[in-house]
Amino acid sequence: MVCNTCLFSVWQSCMMKACRMRKLNLFYGIRVRAKSWSYVFGEDVGFGGVFRCTTGLADTFGKHRVFNTPLCEQGIVGFGIGLAAMGNRAVAEIQFADYIFPAFDQIVNEAAKFRYRSGNLFNCGGLTIRTPYGAVGHGALYHSQSPEAYFCHVPGLKVVIPRSPTQAKGLLLAAIRDPNPVIFFEPKWLYRLSVEDVPEGDYTLPLSQAEVIREGGDITLVGWGAQLAIMEEACVEASKEGISCELIDLRTLLPWDKEIVEASVNKTGRLLVSHEAPITGGFGAEIAASITERCFLRLESPVARVCGLDTPFPLVFEPFYMPTKNKILDAIKASVNF
Amino acid sequence: MASQLLRRAGKLINVSASATKNLASSLAPISQANRSFASAAEDTNPITIEIAVPYKAHKCEPPSLLATTTPQELVQFFKTMFLMRRMEIAADSLYKSKFIRGFCHLYDGQEAVCVGMEAALTKTDCIVTAYRDHCIHLGRGGTVKEIMSELMGRKDGCSLGKGGSMHMYKKENNFYGGNGIVGAQTPLGAGLAFAQKYSKVEGVTLAMYGDGAANQGQLFEAMNIAALWDLPVIFVCENNHYGMGTAEWRSAKSPEYYRRGDYVPGLKVDGMDALAVKQAVKYAKEYALTKGAFVLEMDTYRYHGHSMSDPGSTYRTRDEISGVRQERDPIERIRKLLLAKEIVTVADLKNMEKEAKKEVDDAVAQAKPDPSELLSHIYVKGLGTEVFGPDRKEFTAVLP
Repeated sequence: MVCNTCLFSVWQSCMMKACRMRKLNLFYGIRVRAKSWSYVFGEDVGFGGVFRCTTGLADTFGKHRVFNTPLCEQGIVGFGIGLAAMGNRAVAEIQFADYIFPAFDQIVNEAAKFRYRSGNLFNCGGLTIRTPYGAVGHGALYHSQSPEAYFCHVPGLKVVIPRSPTQAKGLLLAAIRDPNPVIFFEPKWLYRLSVEDVPEGDYTLPLSQAEVIREGGDITLVGWGAQLAIMEEACVEASKEGISCELIDLRTLLPWDKEIVEASVNKTGRLLVSHEAPITGGFGAEIAASITERCFLRLESPVARVCGLDTPFPLVFEPFYMPTKNKILDAIKASVNF
Repeated sequence: MASQLLRRAGKLINVSASATKNLASSLAPISQANRSFASAAEDTNPITIEIAVPYKAHKCEPPSLLATTTPQELVQFFKTMFLMRRMEIAADSLYKSKFIRGFCHLYDGQEAVCVGMEAALTKTDCIVTAYRDHCIHLGRGGTVKEIMSELMGRKDGCSLGKGGSMHMYKKENNFYGGNGIVGAQTPLGAGLAFAQKYSKVEGVTLAMYGDGAANQGQLFEAMNIAALWDLPVIFVCENNHYGMGTAEWRSAKSPEYYRRGDYVPGLKVDGMDALAVKQAVKYAKEYALTKGAFVLEMDTYRYHGHSMSDPGSTYRTRDEISGVRQERDPIERIRKLLLAKEIVTVADLKNMEKEAKKEVDDAVAQAKPDPSELLSHIYVKGLGTEVFGPDRKEFTAVLP
């Protein structure tokens, strides 16, 4: 994504709104119980971050609102939960999704359950965790993982994954403003690769609403993040062989838009899910089970999953591991010819 | 006293014998030039050097500032450190020409820590470190060839090409890697030490980490466990003053990492002085074997950025880097010492440098990555589980 322009304007919109709200509040003399601000923090975000996502923010909004943390993921998320519990918007960055696991306890046991266990007295809805995820071509075991499935298993959280810069801006703003803790996975593959004209100004895209990005009638393909570009290529190849594919971007994985996918499968009768994460226990399994439940009599072939292999994300073997265009194409043809 | 010296000299010969190539040739008739080189390489007369920068101690007495060494050991320091430096520079250019991909964290500038440590340890002691591990692997008996192969993902790499830069191991010499997640190796180190104590192995574990990792919660968990159970573990903080791009004073309330064990005694050591490191590690090893956990903070510096993706100049000035290179470089320090004590001549040093360069150049080997290793070593061999194959033509595969 063209991070500089895109995310910078995201921040601008978000943080300036908070500023403006505060000024309005003071002006009208409305007493706000918690003086709410937005904060951006994480490892190395001050100078712009390792992917330049936060460039210029510290200069614009001040070091008391955009600041570096020490190298402690558990501390970062726990700290973010505390900030959010006081009514602030805390945007915590975990430098690579592979490093999110020390914070797993805080996310699952604290952030997700705060509202529930306090009977809605408290919540940390202002917490958004941003983290780059996914393969990048040379990341190997600890700079390429797709851990979205672990978090989709946790009621109380939302998991959002954009596919492009325009989507990222709208979804991120929506995620930050959403009154629930959100984990926002950014496909790092797209940081340098994807270029788009992102509209300036403030706009949000709805969460928990999938988007049909390509219409078709023979088979439904569901994916998210960087994988959609690969799936799109497979759809183009398939259409040369007369197979018309419908491609859906889930956008929000938890809670996911079952209705759109169900409607699409009722139209086509076939489903293929693709993601980079290993196939066993990946989020594709949840989609497959749910759709089989809802569309059993309509399905013409088993739900196909084209995913990463059940291995740790490899170093030199990455090209073999990845769910490539050809693997998807093969699966499309197998499904259609079932 | 004399017997102590003899024993120490004997130990040094054992440690360096495998690496000293000229021992056999020195027995045969040799030319004039070779004679001076060979004699320095096997001269085990002890000499005493005063360590320049005093230690800082926390809850213990600092070791003496007089280090005993031999010409043989000093020559070995030079050769090994120079080899390490050449190896890292070669890795730099291989990375830039895209033979090495992924992440590559280089150790140049910090060689004295590794070399000094190895001089005070045996292969019964365990080492576990973070991802800046190429030179530690070399120090633990690895070869430049297997390191280069591993970096390029080749089958004859030390981890069969599956680990890459950050995951190098050496089982027979108790080197437990090579770990990518910051700080995660420190509780592992406590566990290794427990096993050593339980099996009465008479060895210690060195759990190495950096100034960035010093703020990880799991380090404190490891230190508490180690101190509680008197485990023979030495926590070695390689403080190169920057956690990737963040200076130590901006991430740590107390950058006195040797004190952060609180109830665990510690020493701050000049990490650019191989002899100071050796002295400190010897001291710490004795403490760990008799009493329990210890912390060593190595005041060192890395010339490269955090990794090959980091130019290393956005958060520190080039003047700072060249200043350290001029005043504190570990290899230059040993070079000056060797020349001042007239142990070797400038020509000898040039020969050693040439040999090191040649060894590194030769080690840049070519081999194709073999897909047969893709599905191996996920579980213990023999599980035979069926999984999806690597492509749709091979629909299923069986894990070996």
